[in-house]
Amino acid sequence: MSALILTMWPGAATAETLATQSFLQPMGPVAEEQAAHLLRVVAITMIVILPVLVGVPLLLWRYRLNSDKAKYTPEWEYSNKLELALWGVPIIIVVVLASWLWYSTSKLDPYKPIGENPLQVQAIGLDWKWVFIYPEDGVATVNELAIPVGRPVELTLTTDTVMQSMLIAPLTGQIYAMPGMTTKLNFSATRTGTAEGENTQFNGTGFGRQKFTVIALDSDRYDAWVSDARSAPTLDDATYTILRRRSVLAETRTDLGLTKDATPIYFSAPDTALFDRVVQKYHQSRTAHTVDELGGTGLPPQGGGGPE
Amino acid sequence: MIQQTNPIFGRLDWSVTPYTDLLNKVTSSTIVGAGAATVLVVGAIGAVALLTWMRWWKPLFRDWLTSADAKKIGIMYIVLALVMMARGIIEGFVMRAHQATALGTLAAPESGLVAPDHFAQLFSTHGTIMIFFVAMPLLIGLINFVLPQQLGARDMAFPVLNQVSLGMTAAGAGLIMISLLVGQFGTGGWTMYPPYTGIEYSPGEGVDYWLWAIMISGIGSTLTGMNFAVTIFKKRAPGMHFMRMPLFCWTSLCVAIMLIYAMPALTVSSTMLLLDRYAGFHFFTNAAGGNMMNYANIFWMFGHPEVYILVLPAFGVFSEISSTFSGKKLYGYTSLVIASMSISVISFTVWLHHFFTMGSSVPVNIAFGIATMVIGIPTGVKIYDWMATMWRGRIRVTTPIVYLVGFFMLFVIGGLSGIILANPSIDYQVHNSTFLVAHFHNVIIPGVLFGMLAGIHYWFPKAFGFRLSETWGRLTAYLFIGGFLCTFMPLYVLGLMGMPRRSPTFQNPDFMPWMYIAAFGGVLMLAALTSLTWTFWTSWRNRERLAVPGGDPWNGATLEWSSPAPVPEWNFPHIPVVTARDDWGATKRGGDPWRGPDEYVDIEMPANTYFGVTLAGAAFLLGFAMTWHIWWLSIVSLFTIVAALFWRGLQVVEPVIVPAEEVERADKQYRDRIASLTPVRRVEEETEHNRGVPDITEFAG
Repeated sequence: MSALILTMWPGAATAETLATQSFLQPMGPVAEEQAAHLLRVVAITMIVILPVLVGVPLLLWRYRLNSDKAKYTPEWEYSNKLELALWGVPIIIVVVLASWLWYSTSKLDPYKPIGENPLQVQAIGLDWKWVFIYPEDGVATVNELAIPVGRPVELTLTTDTVMQSMLIAPLTGQIYAMPGMTTKLNFSATRTGTAEGENTQFNGTGFGRQKFTVIALDSDRYDAWVSDARSAPTLDDATYTILRRRSVLAETRTDLGLTKDATPIYFSAPDTALFDRVVQKYHQSRTAHTVDELGGTGLPPQGGGGPE
Repeated sequence: MIQQTNPIFGRLDWSVTPYTDLLNKVTSSTIVGAGAATVLVVGAIGAVALLTWMRWWKPLFRDWLTSADAKKIGIMYIVLALVMMARGIIEGFVMRAHQATALGTLAAPESGLVAPDHFAQLFSTHGTIMIFFVAMPLLIGLINFVLPQQLGARDMAFPVLNQVSLGMTAAGAGLIMISLLVGQFGTGGWTMYPPYTGIEYSPGEGVDYWLWAIMISGIGSTLTGMNFAVTIFKKRAPGMHFMRMPLFCWTSLCVAIMLIYAMPALTVSSTMLLLDRYAGFHFFTNAAGGNMMNYANIFWMFGHPEVYILVLPAFGVFSEISSTFSGKKLYGYTSLVIASMSISVISFTVWLHHFFTMGSSVPVNIAFGIATMVIGIPTGVKIYDWMATMWRGRIRVTTPIVYLVGFFMLFVIGGLSGIILANPSIDYQVHNSTFLVAHFHNVIIPGVLFGMLAGIHYWFPKAFGFRLSETWGRLTAYLFIGGFLCTFMPLYVLGLMGMPRRSPTFQNPDFMPWMYIAAFGGVLMLAALTSLTWTFWTSWRNRERLAVPGGDPWNGATLEWSSPAPVPEWNFPHIPVVTARDDWGATKRGGDPWRGPDEYVDIEMPANTYFGVTLAGAAFLLGFAMTWHIWWLSIVSLFTIVAALFWRGLQVVEPVIVPAEEVERADKQYRDRIASLTPVRRVEEETEHNRGVPDITEFAG
């Protein structure tokens, strides 16, 4: 049943206008391998599942109560050969599956760089938006991650609030982001396009709108994107404190005096230590509320200028 | 957020009910909230009125609430579970209805049936209720009812402790129920991961309701585990060797051992979170050295064994019914025993797969991924064993068999998605998505729910003396199967399309067709719930025609079918001496199975006591008072619990003696009745001719 839906589904996805949101429409090698591994696992596991799906209806029909022809062996309760098959076949299948698991898990280790000289991007999860900092290029954004096609990307994640989980399905899998800690995602894009990234770990009322756009650009257009962003206002501590408020992007824009829509915000970001300072906030040997810089470590105030 | 703590009312005031929310702002969300509270209030008033009108208060306490009879305790567990299930299914439907109306944009505020915060409370209570207050009481109730009878015992090893366990579970369920009317529930899902559920990010009563409900009912479950284990070790009838125990007893033993080892982890994680919230500790906080990862780690040390705690009793039921309704011996008894025991051991070694994505290293993820796959081996063996049991049998498609077939066809799909999720590389994609939601519903509904409903249908005549309507029973089963397919197959697709679980809103219009199918599935689930209720009602009305006083309506093989239906309090007039696996079947093959015992003796049964009810009431008040910071009431209720424990400890507890004459009279009456009833052949099993006396010449399994 699910296999049927699986094979039917890619045809059903129509809206090309939307950002890609699924790893079954991969934009890079990691998601490609994940999709391939999914099909591989389904195919192998079918060896033990199909006999049940086919056999049970046959059993019910063949051995129904008022069947005259069917054999009836009420005392039969054991067979050496059958036992061997019942335990042996699943064991062999699990050995095969386990080998593939070992292979694909090692290959797709999110901490392992995809290639030489990856583009370093830092991501800070806030309630309910993402801040991306490009320390090499000195720019930052809210809810937009631009990457050059062909160059590996190493994303380092943390949050300045509760636990979150970042997923950019068409490019790579997800990993948790936690305050005071960093995690990594390594991936690359092989074609241009737009993907949707999201937080998958529920973190409050704005959770459903904590999405961001991932754009994979040719290197020329990526350079243009960077130079555009460099001319944007500066991401200083005061601005960061406003970003840290509990609000979705549209409300943050209002707080910053921008139009109230869901367009990403761009900053020039000369402070290359911002990400590390956010992580370090949670390593002070003081209790909550006593760290004041960058909006503190406690519950941020509600943003968005009142009820909508 | 309420800042003030009143010395008398704690943090309670008039602003905490959903009616206040409704008065403040009329939206579909506040209407749903107030409606739910009204159902609770009207239901409670209706129940009190009914009990008063029918003069049932006294029998309720005398025959049920103070009883230490494991069978009655089991039935009360199941009633509690079914009531909670009604709420859980309705909540599930509201969530499906909400998501079918929740398509939005990034710029506009969330829309849809309920507000995001309300939606979050719904998925939190739904999960908590379904796991802790539906699945757990269903299986514990069924084991309570069946286990002593299958072992050839009169009762549990600790009948009064059993009553206390029920009381603790009911107190926890009560806290969840009262949260509908008084205050809000937590929004952290059924797992309540900090720091989101810490005091900074979730001030207020919501998480505390969850913590106290879990802590209190967790004590009940731990005690139950001990009780089951001791019962199985010490109370088996003479001759009932371990390898002669019915499979259901074996899976009960697995459950008992797992409860003993798994529940403490939950108690520890909850206590630590509680200390964080109440006493300013920093186990799981962001700052001051707290580490949230420890919570996930400890919680899932409980959480993963828990899912096998839930599913193993269902595997026990399937072992019994596949054999009985095929008229055949169970295939591969030893295999099934080994498989069950393997599952319970391996289930303690896989918990990390719930957080592959928390950043653990490749070797760790590989180890836990492979362990997760290994657990599929014994599970697969079981399914094929049951199919081998049906092979060359004579299968009657009764309601339990419809559930079993539904289980076969659907559970393997859940197994497939489980194997998929066991691969860390794929889990990185579908973790936290609706694919995961579909997966665990796909194992828990066909596994646990179908198993338990099949078990209830199978053993119902033993409890109440009449069968359940097969027509309505089968319709209910079909509706649950259809409802499951429509609700959860779309969630697999949505998960692969990238939809996170717990989404109060989403922006992808491609989701909508699947959302509508899922919402229709929710309607089918409601219909199944209605049909289930109607099954009980219509069967009760036709109880004369469905009566099976002979006590063996399905031509069964295990000991519990040797007694009348309803079964007397003492189960057996004389403790049976077991000489074979499936002893009752062996007796049937020997001919004249209904011969009475040679002599009758006095029987000791546990006396009724108010101990359990007292502790339950006090525990409920303790949880409620602590949730609302009503310190004086907390102290009073805690003192009541301690005092009750001392009082009980200082009592000389005398059993009730059922005199030999009374046992003899009841038993002789039953034997005469058997002689007067016409044995029924299997083809007529579903007709009025089935009076519970099967044609033993047909019995061959």
